[in-house]
Amino acid sequence: MGKQVAMTGNIAVANAMRQINPDVCAAYPITPSTEVMQQFASFVADGKVDTELVTVESEHSAMSAGIGAAAAGGRVMTATSANGLALMWEMLYIASGNRLPIAMMVINRALSAPINIHGDHSDEMGARDAGWIQMYSENGQEAYDNIIQAILIGESEGVLLPAMVGMDGFIISHSIENLELLEDKQVRDFLGEFKPKHPLLNINKPITMGPLDLQDYYSEHKRQQAQAMQKAKAAILKVAKDYKAVSGREYGFFEPYKLEDADIGILTLGSSAGTTRFVVDLMREKGIKVGMIKLRVFRPFPIEELQQALSHLKALAVMDRSDSFGAAGGPVFSEVRSALYDLPARPKTVNYIYGLGGRDLGISPIERVVKDLQEIHQTEKIKELVTHLTVRE
Amino acid sequence: MATLKELSKREELLAGGHRLCAGCGASIVVRQILLAAGKNVVVSCSTGCLEVATSIYPYTSWRVPFFHSAFENSAATICGVEAMYQLQKRKGKLPVDEEIKFIGLGGDGGTYDIGLQSLSGGLERGHDFLFVCYDNGAYMNTGIQRSSATPLGAATTTSPAGKVIPGKTQYRKDLTDIVEAHHIPYLAQASPHNWKDLNKKVEKALSIRGPKFLNVIAPCHRGWRSGINEAISLSKLAVDTCFWPLYEIENGKLTINYKPKNKKPLTEWMKLQGRFKHLFKPENEHILQQLQQGIDCKWNNLLKREEVEKPC
Ligand SMILES: Cc1ncc(C[n+]2csc(CCOP(=O)(O)OP(=O)(O)O)c2C)c(N)n1
Ligand code: SF4
Ligand SMILES: [Mg+2]
Repeated sequence: MGKQVAMTGNIAVANAMRQINPDVCAAYPITPSTEVMQQFASFVADGKVDTELVTVESEHSAMSAGIGAAAAGGRVMTATSANGLALMWEMLYIASGNRLPIAMMVINRALSAPINIHGDHSDEMGARDAGWIQMYSENGQEAYDNIIQAILIGESEGVLLPAMVGMDGFIISHSIENLELLEDKQVRDFLGEFKPKHPLLNINKPITMGPLDLQDYYSEHKRQQAQAMQKAKAAILKVAKDYKAVSGREYGFFEPYKLEDADIGILTLGSSAGTTRFVVDLMREKGIKVGMIKLRVFRPFPIEELQQALSHLKALAVMDRSDSFGAAGGPVFSEVRSALYDLPARPKTVNYIYGLGGRDLGISPIERVVKDLQEIHQTEKIKELVTHLTVRE
Repeated sequence: MATLKELSKREELLAGGHRLCAGCGASIVVRQILLAAGKNVVVSCSTGCLEVATSIYPYTSWRVPFFHSAFENSAATICGVEAMYQLQKRKGKLPVDEEIKFIGLGGDGGTYDIGLQSLSGGLERGHDFLFVCYDNGAYMNTGIQRSSATPLGAATTTSPAGKVIPGKTQYRKDLTDIVEAHHIPYLAQASPHNWKDLNKKVEKALSIRGPKFLNVIAPCHRGWRSGINEAISLSKLAVDTCFWPLYEIENGKLTINYKPKNKKPLTEWMKLQGRFKHLFKPENEHILQQLQQGIDCKWNNLLKREEVEKPC
């Protein structure tokens, strides 16, 4: 079985990449993801992986070279953060539109301006419509487990989509925790070989990729992409099941905590789930029936599953670690609230924007959220739909 | 090197029926390059006339593996393909006797301008690929906007010959010089009218390991406002006026591949192109002189340099 180690989230992810042994990796430094590719480069230099490491001159080229390599036929990975992901924006769509299952670690960081190197979700949330599968991780263990699973999910028959896995910058990427790494062989057996059906490198069967696709076919291709994203749901569950058999750890679209008998609930994703869980326990001791749901998969968005999990609540707070300026709340809120709309009875739902630019989310702000929810539950009235939490007035 | 007869018997790897304008220089350049390269190549191409006209779904003119990804990243794309190839070769996943060559294509916009960083990165990292810029001197696909390859004085839709400003006010960038600063093993300038020279350069480039670069002039009658049947005669004149010298630099050593016996005045080439028409007005004569001086200076420098580098 696996072995217990103490390491930072970044080093855990780099070790996952070592075990995955991707064919081609592109590397470009940006805090806080730099360490992942740095550590990986030393694995390459020490001959611990076979990977062809392409040390590109920008993130745009990182994704471009990754796309070229994936089209050539094989496993491709990279890691980035914030501005790096933003610079890839054009290429994210080209990766998914060409149905290339690249796996990317996003060490979540705030987008400029003002420049800020710390953890929030504005980078990855900004890419939510790019056609990538998106997963978020609470801690280093989950980041490690998610990135391994992301490989197989993206490569699944009928899916063939790129996948990005988020991990909160610094809060997780640079914190040491105890976690379990699988044996190298376990990971390699779990992943097997990836043989794409139409590799560019097959010169005996030349194909054209990335053609001009106008009014007569573009819509069909985009619908295929949407369908592939829907198929990814089954793939996510299948891969999670297989992964549990190897690791003993269980994954789904989300993880409920003390939710079943709860009246009020908090939905969150990423590292804040740890603190939220702690507050739920504190409140439970006081007899407050509060629960938590930690969203793991944001794309494909698990609408029906969330409806089922949340329908019994009277009040729900959705936590967003990024804003969507001018929208009806943060990105997670908009989607969750929309998912609940068709339920005959649904919780009153409010939104909290928190932790931007790495600002800490302590216990007391979450206690305040619980208090607000209790009030909404009692009065059945929402005073403020969207609240900026952890902010000075 | 293959003879014309041999070349004429080779399979066309860029099929006819594509939608480039009749008489487009780019297609002639690409056909010649593929004839020289043969079937074992993978090609990437930046967004531009060549790409949009040769791969309109569900059709394709490419009889070799072809990938269009985006405008600014043809070099990074082909480098990624090449990286996967190196890995698969190393791991024995591809037939040992099968050798594949990699060609990145880009227009002048996709190479001199928006793709310069991606090209520079690929050259510096030393990937085993050939990058070919087909230079038609403007962003043709979007409707003839000026690029940094557009000659001084030329009228384009974003540098029109107006009442106050007489066309493009800047000299063109010398991309071949910039590429040379990367110290790659082979780079050259070529022209489709001299098929022998172009063919030889492609063959030579592909026989060398590492990054290689070809800058090929590719007349565009839409943008140049010239005759539809003039792509070849205009590229020949570009060389005979020394606007587009044919030379190569192999491991740092320069060879001029063609020296016109009678170097023609630049105006011989320019007067056939509507984009320069306004420069022939008396008030713009100084621009013609400026252009000629620039050409003379570059040509003389090339001659001097070749002399210095002659083995003694
Ligand atoms: C990032 C980006 N910016 C702009 C464009 C629009 N665009 C497409 S082709 C093109 C011009 C291409 O010019 P060039 O590379 O010289 O090739 P040509 O069309 O002249 O053959 C432009 C500006 C684009 N596709 N992508
Ligand atoms: S506009 Fe010019 S470059 Fe484009 S296809 Fe026509 S002739 Fe060729
Ligand atoms: Mg052009």
